[in-house]
Amino acid sequence: MEDRPSGQLPEPLHARPVPRPGRWVSAVVVLVLVAMAVNALVTNPNFRWDTVWLYLRDVVVVRGVGWTLVLTFGSMAIAIVLAVLLAVMRRSDNPVMRSVSWFWIWFFRGTPIYTQLVFWGLLSVLYPRLSLGIPFGPEFWTFTTQDVITAFWAALIGLAFNESAYLAEIVRAGLSSVDPGQTEAAKALGMKDAKILRRIVLPQAMRVIVPPTGNETISMLKTTSLVLAIPFTLELTYATNQIGSRIFQPIPLLIVAALWYLLITSVLMIGQHYLERYYGRGFDGGRTGRGRGRGPRGGRGKPSKQDLIGASGTTKDDPFLEVTP
Amino acid sequence: MSAQPTTTEAMVQVRDVHKVFGRGQDAVHVLKGVSLDVPRGSVTVVLGPSGSGKSTLLRCVNELEEITAGSIHVGGDLMGYRLDDKGVLHRLHPKMIAKQRSRIGMVFQRFHLFPHKTALENVMEAPVQVRGLSRAEARRRGLELLDRVGLAERAEFYPAQLSGGQQQRVAIARALAMDPELMLFDEPTSALDPELVGEVLAVMQDLARSGMTMIVVTHEIGFAREVADHVVFMDDGVIVEEGAPADVLDNPSEPRLRDFLAHVL
Repeated sequence: MEDRPSGQLPEPLHARPVPRPGRWVSAVVVLVLVAMAVNALVTNPNFRWDTVWLYLRDVVVVRGVGWTLVLTFGSMAIAIVLAVLLAVMRRSDNPVMRSVSWFWIWFFRGTPIYTQLVFWGLLSVLYPRLSLGIPFGPEFWTFTTQDVITAFWAALIGLAFNESAYLAEIVRAGLSSVDPGQTEAAKALGMKDAKILRRIVLPQAMRVIVPPTGNETISMLKTTSLVLAIPFTLELTYATNQIGSRIFQPIPLLIVAALWYLLITSVLMIGQHYLERYYGRGFDGGRTGRGRGRGPRGGRGKPSKQDLIGASGTTKDDPFLEVTP
Repeated sequence: MSAQPTTTEAMVQVRDVHKVFGRGQDAVHVLKGVSLDVPRGSVTVVLGPSGSGKSTLLRCVNELEEITAGSIHVGGDLMGYRLDDKGVLHRLHPKMIAKQRSRIGMVFQRFHLFPHKTALENVMEAPVQVRGLSRAEARRRGLELLDRVGLAERAEFYPAQLSGGQQQRVAIARALAMDPELMLFDEPTSALDPELVGEVLAVMQDLARSGMTMIVVTHEIGFAREVADHVVFMDDGVIVEEGAPADVLDNPSEPRLRDFLAHVL
């Protein structure tokens, strides 16, 4: 548009680049180190790469991968719902809501995940029966804890509750990164609070919320290995460790687990990339009026939606600016 | 608390309104007993140095700020409260306050367009979400309004792709989409580059000509002179002088107003 060059372009300057011998030296040093590492991996027979290859496709291992994925996505889904709830409660005018949310975050961030998982595993010892009813009053419904909270559900709840505390802070940072003027403008149009949150504030907060949530998902993938504390024994780490002990070859089986985790993480990273692109998806249109919206994400000179949200200056850039301990 | 509006002509009746921010030691008395009548179909321009309380007054009219004392009626309705038969005052439910606000359009100094929505989506948002209009109908109306502010061909642009003047015109169209009976303008041209001020003022002038009731907080004396029916000068939380633009702007009796005009012109 207006910033496109008009008429004849000048001949660019031709100058010799600054000599940088240090670059070559450092590159060579690092490449030698890499070659040494590869050599150490490939030539050492103790790694038993044949065993690794064999068990990489083992039924128990692949089933373990399945359970790990179920735990990761299941607990993240529950945690995200809880986190939005907690973040909204944290911003509420109601002191009871604020305090409960604060206490939840304080408790679940303040105790080790391992301890929490052991606790969930022992729930049926602590409360053999669960009942629904009025506190100190009549009970309407009674269950045997072991029937309801199986090892799988204990694992899912344990991971989800812990994660919700961390995600709640991320969501809260996202919500408070949106300019209060956005809420005022929506209010002035006669929109109600719930609608303002859902239609105006959350979509803008997503830009700040999505990247750290992707990070948390990748972290969760590996945290699922701790559910042996419950004990839940079907996921990847426990399955491979068990095989490793049985055939007296722990190292190849550790590598099997590591390779699977790496593969899933790679897939998740691709997913995260597309999710971020979705919230910053490009579209037809010219450049921004002030030229601030141009960014690398949009490609081909078109500003992405995310760039435009950024350019409007209604969200702050640093997602952790508002995260308090 | 004054009870009922005395005339049916006044669109807005502000009676002895006080606004105190904070409490105790930190309390700031921003509005110190402001009374103002805005007749239906008239344009009132509010002038005053920064910190005089003019923006606060505007924000009180559509309940973005809760008043501390006094009363505000818009279209005959008491804003934010309900007076029952026994003379007891009740705070209105937020749902009712939202409903009252939906009849009043507001335009902000920094536009506050929704950046994740196109110009057209910005204009369609409230009619669809608040009024429950069908998307097709809201779209038709939205395009009509964008055409009215001269931006029909920018309908699919996102706010960051528009100039400041264009953004403010979209913001005006967005407010008009709710068919307001009153429009509030809070320094609508103060954040604009000088060459973009004219296009926004032209839209506002057009709106005034169509009979819209407007309260405009601005520093544009030229606009006040040409468009306003009534000019109000505020300083330090009170209305110091008011009247027809010719009287107030050309023959100011208050030294503070004379001083202010000397600085602005």
